[in-house]
Amino acid sequence: MKPSPFDYHAPRELGEALEVLAGTAPHGKVLAGGQSLIPMLNMRLAAPSHLVDINRVAELDALSVETGGVRVGALARHAAVERSPAVAAVQPLLPAALRLVAHPVIRNRGTVVGSLVHADPSAELPAVLAVLGGTVRLARHGAPERDVPAEAFFTGPLESAIEPDELAVSAFFPAPPPRTGTAFQEVARRHGDYAMAGAAAVVTLDEDLRIASARVACVSAGPVPVVLDLSEVCARRPAASADWEAVAAAVRDGVDPDDDIHATARYRRHLTGVLAERALRVAAAEAERVADGRAAVRMSEGVDDGVNHGANGAGEDSE
Amino acid sequence: MTTKLFGERVQRREDPRLITGQGRYLDDLGQDALAAAFVRSPHAHARIRDIDVSAAVDVEGLVAVYTWEDLPERVRDPLPLLIPHPALTHGRTAYPLARDIVRHVGEPVVMVVARDRYLAEDAASLITVDYELLKPVVGVEEAAQGVHLVHEDVPGNVGAHMIQEVPSAAGLGAREAIDAAPHTLAFRLDIERSASMPLEGRGVYARWDADDRSLRVYSSTQTSTSVRMAVAAKLGLPLPSVEVIAPDVGGGFGVKIVHPWPEEVLVPWAAMLLGREVKWTEDRREHFVSSAHERGQVQHVRVGFDDEGRVLGLDVTILHDHGAYTPYGIIVPIITSTQLLGPYRIGAYRVEFSSIYTNTVQVTPYRGAGRPQATFCMERTMDKIAAHLGKDRAAVREANFIHPDEFPYDQGLIFQDGRPLIYDSGDYPESLRVLKGLIGWDGFAEQKERAAAEGRRIGIGLGCYVEGTGVGPYEGGHVQVTSDGRVHVSTGLTSQGQGHETVFAQIAATELGVPLDRVSVVTGDTRRFGYAVGTFASRAAVMSGNAIALACRKVREKALGIAADALEADPRDLTIEDGEVRVAGNPGASIPLATVAVLSNPLRYAFDEEAKRATQFSGAASMDRPPVAEGEEPGLEGRDYYSPVRSTFASGMHAAIVETDPETAEIRILRYAVVHDCGRLINPMIVEGQIHGGVAQGVGGALYERMAYDEHGQLLNASFMDFLMPYATEVPLIETAHLETPSPLNPLGIKGAGEAGVIPVSAVIASAIEDAEGIAVDRMPISPSELHDLRSRAGS
Repeated sequence: MKPSPFDYHAPRELGEALEVLAGTAPHGKVLAGGQSLIPMLNMRLAAPSHLVDINRVAELDALSVETGGVRVGALARHAAVERSPAVAAVQPLLPAALRLVAHPVIRNRGTVVGSLVHADPSAELPAVLAVLGGTVRLARHGAPERDVPAEAFFTGPLESAIEPDELAVSAFFPAPPPRTGTAFQEVARRHGDYAMAGAAAVVTLDEDLRIASARVACVSAGPVPVVLDLSEVCARRPAASADWEAVAAAVRDGVDPDDDIHATARYRRHLTGVLAERALRVAAAEAERVADGRAAVRMSEGVDDGVNHGANGAGEDSE
Repeated sequence: MTTKLFGERVQRREDPRLITGQGRYLDDLGQDALAAAFVRSPHAHARIRDIDVSAAVDVEGLVAVYTWEDLPERVRDPLPLLIPHPALTHGRTAYPLARDIVRHVGEPVVMVVARDRYLAEDAASLITVDYELLKPVVGVEEAAQGVHLVHEDVPGNVGAHMIQEVPSAAGLGAREAIDAAPHTLAFRLDIERSASMPLEGRGVYARWDADDRSLRVYSSTQTSTSVRMAVAAKLGLPLPSVEVIAPDVGGGFGVKIVHPWPEEVLVPWAAMLLGREVKWTEDRREHFVSSAHERGQVQHVRVGFDDEGRVLGLDVTILHDHGAYTPYGIIVPIITSTQLLGPYRIGAYRVEFSSIYTNTVQVTPYRGAGRPQATFCMERTMDKIAAHLGKDRAAVREANFIHPDEFPYDQGLIFQDGRPLIYDSGDYPESLRVLKGLIGWDGFAEQKERAAAEGRRIGIGLGCYVEGTGVGPYEGGHVQVTSDGRVHVSTGLTSQGQGHETVFAQIAATELGVPLDRVSVVTGDTRRFGYAVGTFASRAAVMSGNAIALACRKVREKALGIAADALEADPRDLTIEDGEVRVAGNPGASIPLATVAVLSNPLRYAFDEEAKRATQFSGAASMDRPPVAEGEEPGLEGRDYYSPVRSTFASGMHAAIVETDPETAEIRILRYAVVHDCGRLINPMIVEGQIHGGVAQGVGGALYERMAYDEHGQLLNASFMDFLMPYATEVPLIETAHLETPSPLNPLGIKGAGEAGVIPVSAVIASAIEDAEGIAVDRMPISPSELHDLRSRAGS
């Protein structure tokens, strides 16, 4: 288990990295965290003749909370994103999902953007990007950067819209709208394994705390993260009276998992329904808590956020 | 004896070294050695038409490429069949490099030697082998039909067929007894393949000294002495010119008892031929497809029993998947068929097994070695009897137990050592009583009801086993006290992390009355001890432990004799405490063991101050007898061997409480309890560690591990990503209680403990899941997906 020979490049500037990629395409491969690439190289499942190690490109080691979301640079490690209070405040689905990614030592090294580019339909982060409607920013030598939305980015199992001469420089995870809750539920064979099934859920309530929008992205349910909009099935009811069985049934109808050695397609379909329902219920409860709690917290902190808080804390949110 | 260390929870002395990176494992050695890599068959069954190495020869750093054609006589012969048996009528072993036919994916075909492993793999990847594909034979039942053959000259793919039958006291055969019984059941059980899967794979590093024509081989093996004999024989070297050393070994679990592996012959051979150091370190993918697996069996069971659940007749037919070769004979199915009876007195028993070849990796013992399958069979049988009669599962077992006053108890079978299966001692009713208390067996029904009221499913299960441990033929121990007062213990069997450095030192320190820190232990180094069998079958403590104790007793006797002369005392009045020989009742009269060691070796030349005492003009020696008396040897050392008349039988009982998720079918072990009886405990902490590790592997076998072969004989999960071994997160807290029923067979009264933990786990988990779900669980392992299927079929 030793890799085939390759030329090793260690650029220090983004421009230099893009030049190397342009010069070696389609025989180059980008090394970031290496948590998938290195095993593939060692097992000779991948044999690029050029390895472009971007770990010294300081400008890619970025993590910023911007208006409307979180931008994660290509070298931001899972662990850094997972532990960032600022990220958790803006997009709690990210740390929730990251806690399910493999094991701490892998998260210390692996990168969020690398996981997206790897485009494993069993992985958590592609599902998170998909359910949030995020984007991946791609750079290429001599060309302007382009932002590719999740639904166009993931094109198949381990396949994405990135071209061989492109580098994914960052990904953007939008912040949730008001009165929104998120959750991630999955079942893996062992702690930290790729999930047999799982769902990232986003639920947004209307001002009367009825479900206005409900979306899930299911993992291990198809060639790419399977995004399902279940708003109609939820029929603008409050979570307590939603027809969750119908929701689960709609999820089962909407996914197309495969058999593998760990689980049958039949079981995965069943499990996806169970987990999507669980995730949506947790997300809905979270949305209720947010709608309720946000007002209360802000009031107690005396923050003037332009929101008219009611005495019961369930004020209208006009952001 | 104040230095009472036997039985104490002494901290493992090897751990600081091993857990701080100071261990010397195979791949830590020979940093400048040439590296070997192997081209292995990508096909399960094929004829080699041609091997083209021409593309590889241009790889810079390539040193040599070998195919079977290049191997000299003896080296090119099939590897030895280690344990012949009359029932193994069609034993077959592999060639070290495939000759004409490959019979499983991973079989070595070409050996490449290069400057380093990277280059060796580069060259290996450029070698093309032209194969004519043959029909792969996969799956033991398909193979047993014998339509396609793994070996052309083995009809029906049957390597061995064996029947053992023990009639009832009334002389009824098992089948008659079953037919005459008030109740009968018949069912089928399936156990999947798994593997030892040590953290460190196999590995060999050889150094040939051309000047004195000697060979030193380091191998990550469970038997260095036997590797030495095999290598010397294969290479035609005099035994004294070959040394084999097992360095620190990162786990064995059975797979490393097999020898000589192709690489253990080829690497030393290449080192001799090339006059260079050569090393091969197995990688994980190689370990999956080129070493050995175990466990896979299909069992058909018929049982007849009375109203109390007492088994009147048991008839078991086993199809044992032996993979492509049988280097280790039929030990695994023999153990399954003989240890199946567990702690029970069975009316009449018939067991028949067929050992079947398939185009898969060969099957050799993995920790438990056929017993997990045996226990699964017997304990599933007990549960089914209880279910049939509506009786408590523990009560049915109790009704069948052999009682403490019935020992020695002869099961009427021939065991894996070729000797009668006679249980030496045990207390099964007491074990069950302790286990029931530990897990809360009697109060569980209410607990289950309370859980059900909350919408939760929980279940309890148990399993009992008896394990033949400490099989012969023998082990030896050598103990030397040097003139600095240090005690050097060596034994020929090897260590793979069990804690031998600690327990053997505890035994020696106790026997010799010296502080533990003065004792050092060496295992598995043929330079220190040449006669040994190996580490397997839970035998190290029983065999080497007793041999070391006996050797220590020789040394002690000699020390007391010398000290008696020096102190002018009667040897019977002497004791050894804290490294000093003392005269009982006379605190002033003592002599350090170090000085006794000096005096034990009459000297002409004083090499230091202390040594002067042993020289000819020191006045210490008697003038009436020669300095070394007849029948004596110089030096304070002793060697002895322990060779048991037969195995000693440890036992244990496990219980678990599991929870199954009604929706996701996830299976969680909430509690796990073990009652274990391995006779006298040398070190309870180490025994518990052994049990914990065994249970962890058992959890793997019960819930996670399988070798997913497809119909082409491709192993689909040959990596740690897809072959699921439990992590710490999957292993429950293990609650342990010990019974100590001494073995009457050996001086220390001990029984083996190495394999115990793994044996009943599948049976226990199946029992508990069955209790939670109300669905029969007859296949292991079981995954959530499979539980979901079972539920669907049961309509629940």
